[in-house]
Amino acid sequence: MYFANFWLGKLSIHQLPTNRITQGGAIMMVLIVLAILAYVTYVKKWRYLWNEWITTMDAKKIGIMYIIVAIAMLLRGGSDAALLRLQQATSVGASHGVLPASTFQQIFSAHGTIMIFFVGMGLMFGVINLILPVMLGSRDVAFPFLNSVSFWLFAGGMVLVNLSLVIGQFSNAGWLAYPPLSELRFSPSVGVDYWIWSLQIAGVGSLMSGINFISTILKNRAQGMTLMKMPMFAWSVLGSMSLVVFAFPILTVTLALLALDRTMGTHFFTAGGGGNMMMYVNLIWAWGHPEVYILVLPAFGVFSEVVPTFSRKRLFGYTSMVLAIWAIVLLSFTVWLHHFFTMGAGANVNAFFGIMTMVIAIPTGVKIFNWLFTMYQGRIRLKTPMYWFLGFVVIFTIGGMAGVLMSVPPVDFQLHNSLFLVAHFHMMIVGGVLFGLFSGLIYWLPKVLGFRLNERLGRYSFWFWLVGFLTAFTPLYVLGLMGATRRLDHYSAATGWQPLFILAGFGVVLIGIGLGLQILQLIYSILTRHALMDTTGDPWDGRTLEWSVPSPIPFYNYAILPTVSSKDPFWAKKHPTEQPALEIVQDNQPAYKDIVLPKNSGLGVLIAGFAFLFAFAMVWHIIWLDIVGVLGVIITLIIRSTDEHTEYTIPAQEVAELDRNYRLERAEV
Amino acid sequence: MEPTLAVSSKALRRQEVEEGQSKILFGFWIYIMTDCVLFASLFATYAVLHNNTFGGPSGAQLFSLPYVLAETMLLLTSSFSCGLATIALQNKSKAKVIGYFFLTFLLGLGFLALELREFRHLVLIHDSWTRSGFLSSYFTLVGTHGLHITIGLIWMAVMMIRVLKGGLGTYNVRRLKMLAIFWHFLDVIWIFIFTIVYLLGALRV
Ligand code: HEM
Ligand SMILES: [Cu+2]
Repeated sequence: MYFANFWLGKLSIHQLPTNRITQGGAIMMVLIVLAILAYVTYVKKWRYLWNEWITTMDAKKIGIMYIIVAIAMLLRGGSDAALLRLQQATSVGASHGVLPASTFQQIFSAHGTIMIFFVGMGLMFGVINLILPVMLGSRDVAFPFLNSVSFWLFAGGMVLVNLSLVIGQFSNAGWLAYPPLSELRFSPSVGVDYWIWSLQIAGVGSLMSGINFISTILKNRAQGMTLMKMPMFAWSVLGSMSLVVFAFPILTVTLALLALDRTMGTHFFTAGGGGNMMMYVNLIWAWGHPEVYILVLPAFGVFSEVVPTFSRKRLFGYTSMVLAIWAIVLLSFTVWLHHFFTMGAGANVNAFFGIMTMVIAIPTGVKIFNWLFTMYQGRIRLKTPMYWFLGFVVIFTIGGMAGVLMSVPPVDFQLHNSLFLVAHFHMMIVGGVLFGLFSGLIYWLPKVLGFRLNERLGRYSFWFWLVGFLTAFTPLYVLGLMGATRRLDHYSAATGWQPLFILAGFGVVLIGIGLGLQILQLIYSILTRHALMDTTGDPWDGRTLEWSVPSPIPFYNYAILPTVSSKDPFWAKKHPTEQPALEIVQDNQPAYKDIVLPKNSGLGVLIAGFAFLFAFAMVWHIIWLDIVGVLGVIITLIIRSTDEHTEYTIPAQEVAELDRNYRLERAEV
Repeated sequence: MEPTLAVSSKALRRQEVEEGQSKILFGFWIYIMTDCVLFASLFATYAVLHNNTFGGPSGAQLFSLPYVLAETMLLLTSSFSCGLATIALQNKSKAKVIGYFFLTFLLGLGFLALELREFRHLVLIHDSWTRSGFLSSYFTLVGTHGLHITIGLIWMAVMMIRVLKGGLGTYNVRRLKMLAIFWHFLDVIWIFIFTIVYLLGALRV
């Protein structure tokens, strides 16, 4: 027995799922993973995967991997959502629906965690990786190896969350795991540990990405691109990543303290022993509120690129946009208490945080108006990225006004933890973050894939999403006002809530169709790519640097690094009469130089692999494996840092040839 | 028309390498900033919990200022010798660099030994981190600093071997600069721990 404990910790066969729904989910997931592995083996693509993807240092490819993981997680989180809605639509009066209470709790905890950390963050880092370096006129991010480690840590966290479905169980304590419920005494299973360690490794990955992108933006810009000439997307990412750098260490600490409480018997947040659980709530929201802006700022950035392009106008109010971003960044750290006005901090404290919350709506409003003014008198083309923008304006404004309502403490005392709140943040995160990143994906994927996505299917999916979303979430405002609290697995028929819950459930079906259409759009576009081929590199008549290189972007991004001297350099080059003409590249007399690029390395995935082992061992209390994990990380780091030949050079001659071939190839298509 | 090929010289490449190294240094400063936030969160936790002794001992009862002063002197001196190592680095004097870093290493090791001895003492008299919220936050804050010191020592050991073998090339110089920043940073954090945890703790009756 002792022996088994030593080798396996708390792991045992009894930890396999016992409940029907979980079993079904687990079996399906295992089958999908096995099918993928079998397929890769069958087509003999392991070597290709390893050389071209797993070990890659190319930000564009890392971006695509982020996006693939995020889409897979969107399907997982979406299935969770469908189950939650099914339960709430049916579990009324004598009927107890389809899910046992404990499963229901695990599903809503997993849903929130997955959607924020692996869908929101995943799509965000995906889009940033895809386009930011190219947009800045650079060959790569500042630290390509760090980028690879970040991605694999993110992937490791993702695997850990999903593993909880197969072995053990997930947390019952909600996506933010408030103590004392999340303490060992009340949550003795491994669920909360899975939550902690999955977020811990993914969070460290995000933190490193934050450092990486700040350095990229400040150090890797094209010559002549002063800060005030940067594309607004870059500004938005800079704002978002500054928040990452200041907020994620707080998350790291908070998770670590909760883990210490659970494993070492400390008393940080315990109900007895001199702990203070409200400290947890303060800490987690000191990270959590900035986090919502971390997610939404890059989405804002996408719109700041999309709207000018499709309005054929300069972005309205560039300077005010920059100021608004930094106002949001600063104010983000002054509002966290609005998540728990009911703590009882007193009228003055609540009033302060209430007012700051209202104030943060102002720069957000400035940005919305600036986009609308950009459209005003523009020559607007309604392509799918614009549809997502218009949908965003409607939903985000409604959700924002709901937020301002709740920023009044006495009102919030009524609405706190009700479905009204749930409606608010879904409108912000789905309508803001997801719509923004979807828009960005359709806008920029042609740059990476070399062909556009099918417009018609894109429009259909948009309409299903929009109508579905409004159907699914508008009833929640009403339900919240009627008194429905969040996370109910059962309610009395006398409440009269059921029709609205059923309506909300129907909305989810529509969203599901929208999601299906998006995937269909992707597949169909790949199949018919010849008709959608982008031969010019500039399918939307774009304004910024990324459109000046051919699609798909060569692995070295630019054969010759560009020099810029205006805000919309590519537009200026295409329309020399409108603005002072500026050279990007002297096409007829290219002066090629050697290109230095990072070599591929498997050490990134190795480091993340050891970190994953460490996290897994922490969940199950397998001490020897913990030691292996830590030593593995340290030794791999030392090995990596000993290697001084992490780059390779493409000689100028070869660059010239590559570039020429690239152009010829494109000209033939 | 044939494109003109600019001949890429060694000098150009060297310039690129140097730019790359300065970029890493810049990124490292941002990392230091994130570590500041990490410690700030731990200090905040300590500030919230320092009175929650839950019937256990308070800081005034546990801390011995002369002992902590000894720890502090060790760490400050190590920071000083680390500074001397940086000067030696500028003068490209390999022997001195290794010598001073070795001194820094010994002093840091001494600091760590004293800290662990204090921890051991507290655990033996049953005032470990499980005793109260105050002690939980004390052990975690000071322990996190100690963990950083440990990482710094491992790093220092690796760097000494590397300099012995490879000398003071661009890469090693940059790494040593980063190590020095890290070490001074830990010194600054310790000053805060000394003041907030030990001085204020011991003075409170
Ligand atoms: C326009 C400015 C905004 C205002 C005035 C605002 C206001 C609020 C308030 C007062 C709450 C707390 C309600 C309660 O718990 O009782 C809240 C919760 C929340 N908001 Fe906002 N908000 C704004 C923007 C955003 C944005 C942009 C996002 C996301 C991108 C967002 C996401 C959330 C989330 C996730 C929660 C709560 C989650 C939870 O409790 O689990 N909000 N908001
Ligand atoms: Cu908030």
